[in-house]
Amino acid sequence: MTGVPTVLDERFRAAAAASGELDVAYDVLDDTPVGRLLVGISDRGLCRVSFDPSPEAELERLARSFGPRVLRAPKAIDRVRRELDEYFTGSRQAFDLELDLRATPEFHRRVLEELNRVEYGHTTTYGTLAAQVGAPRAARAVGTVMNRNPIPIVLPCHRVVGASGSLTGYGGGLDRKEWLLRLEGALL
Amino acid sequence: MNRIPPFERFYESHKGEVLAFLRRRADRDRADDLFQETFLRALHAYNRLEHGEHLRAWVLTIAANAVVDAARRERPTAELAVEPAGEDERPALEELAPLTDGLPPKERAAVVLRYGYDLDYDTIGAALGSNEQAARQAASAGVRRLRKEKEQR
Repeated sequence: MTGVPTVLDERFRAAAAASGELDVAYDVLDDTPVGRLLVGISDRGLCRVSFDPSPEAELERLARSFGPRVLRAPKAIDRVRRELDEYFTGSRQAFDLELDLRATPEFHRRVLEELNRVEYGHTTTYGTLAAQVGAPRAARAVGTVMNRNPIPIVLPCHRVVGASGSLTGYGGGLDRKEWLLRLEGALL
Repeated sequence: MNRIPPFERFYESHKGEVLAFLRRRADRDRADDLFQETFLRALHAYNRLEHGEHLRAWVLTIAANAVVDAARRERPTAELAVEPAGEDERPALEELAPLTDGLPPKERAAVVLRYGYDLDYDTIGAALGSNEQAARQAASAGVRRLRKEKEQR
């Protein structure tokens, strides 16, 4: 079997991204302060950030949600990579990225849009978010929305804590939630 | 029926074989260009595939056509015989291959993709780097030619 030279492989991936025909371009960032992250972007915007990705399962999921033309194309996510780097080093407090939530159910989307207003360094509670979307008794459902957040970090579900101030839970694990809140100075 | 795999998996599974195939048929620089063209054509047609069967034969057919098109661009008037890919490289063509061997390359590819793989003309057009109408015409011209040959036999 012929090995495909790296330069040829990269050239194709860049051309595929430039062709505008990918449903999702993604890359895996190997060494961020919160571990490995898979980042996916569609023609409409950032559609996925995933902790500890298992690529096979993740690719299948992306293909089901957005279409089968899913390809690793590092160049396509340069901007997301840069903004994440800036965030992790403390020089960025808000992301300036289009988001693609078309694969997210309506209620989830409403909650995530509300979540997106919680600013850097601040926290809110599940109950407060529930009340803000007009479903004051749905705190638990809001917890589920956070747990399934397709774009963690950028959509800051780490800023949502229990009514008592306890960290409660995090799709990426409590250690990461704590790290992110410390980074933002929201935890002493 | 097989589901269509994410393009990444399809590409990773077949890129080595496609490059080897192209390098047997063209010099290295040309083969490298055709490698990119082949997978861009495949990408273009990919979301119109109806199932994930015979993807290897499908992409090798696209590669073979890219070779023919490139040669034609260089020598537009020359009559080109496509070198058959070799039996092992096109398992799904086996049934149709002996019947279609005498057809011009484009007609042959259109007939094989239509009747061997059950692809729609839109997809075939994309895979051949042309369009739906041209694919339809090539397939029906191919079928007409096959009928005529059969009558003459």
